[in-house]
Amino acid sequence: MTAQEIVFLLLGVVTVGSAVLVVTTRRLVHAALWLVVSFGALAGSYLVLTAEFVAWAQVLIYVGAVVVLLLFGVMLTEAPIGRSDALDSGNRWAALAIATATAGVLVTVVVRGFKDAYLPPRPGGGTAGVIGSSVFRGWVLPLEVLSLLLLATLVGAIVLSRTDVVREPSDDHDDHDDHGDPADHGDHDGQGRGDA
Amino acid sequence: MNYVILSAILFTIGALGVLIRRNAIVVFMCVELMLNAANLAFVSFARMSGNLDGQVIAFFVMVVAAAEVVVGLAIIMTIFRSRRSSSVDDANLLKY
Repeated sequence: MTAQEIVFLLLGVVTVGSAVLVVTTRRLVHAALWLVVSFGALAGSYLVLTAEFVAWAQVLIYVGAVVVLLLFGVMLTEAPIGRSDALDSGNRWAALAIATATAGVLVTVVVRGFKDAYLPPRPGGGTAGVIGSSVFRGWVLPLEVLSLLLLATLVGAIVLSRTDVVREPSDDHDDHDDHGDPADHGDHDGQGRGDA
Repeated sequence: MNYVILSAILFTIGALGVLIRRNAIVVFMCVELMLNAANLAFVSFARMSGNLDGQVIAFFVMVVAAAEVVVGLAIIMTIFRSRRSSSVDDANLLKY
């Protein structure tokens, strides 16, 4: 067993364990924090795979930005901070069966398909310079499309989250929810529960 | 090889979380887990085939995932503002 395999084993155990905790923990904030551990271990896995640039992008984007954004979401939706048992839905065993079946199929396919596809890692495989020249050689158009997508996301998030937009009265029935009137919300909740 | 198995397991855990969790933000976290599993598969396939395209695609997936989180959280906030709940069971007006 080489050192690389040992490191992979440790990182894999940490990743899977913290991912299981994200799925099973009863506290919302703990789920977000276990997500940090899982993403960090994944970044370590990328490093072992010599994908340095992807590893640091993972740390910056996921650990740095996405988890903070999710924690802000937890805060802004007034989610229960302590233990809450209403976090899981009732179909746990059906979900477990489906997940086990999915895992079986995926692992079987992967093992059958890529049994002997292995290249020994060589150093310097994915540094920022190499990735950069690869991006600007063969992936320029996707990169530009991606920048447009980010712009559209920015505009879309602002449009979705601003509250001072005057909407058309014929829009939908949530057009007067912009002012945060509690009576309205009770009304909608009643209606929603009636549907269910 | 082992990495691809790890990514399959991680994907399954994320899918399980999407299936059993009720809070929309935790569902989001599990979607992120699934995206990360896909990224890990991309990077390890890039490793196996010896070129860099998989790593570039993994980077692109990360950017798209960040954009998705931003828009998704804005949608969750809008739903929360109108329904006072962030549970996915309460957002059922389009269901029947």
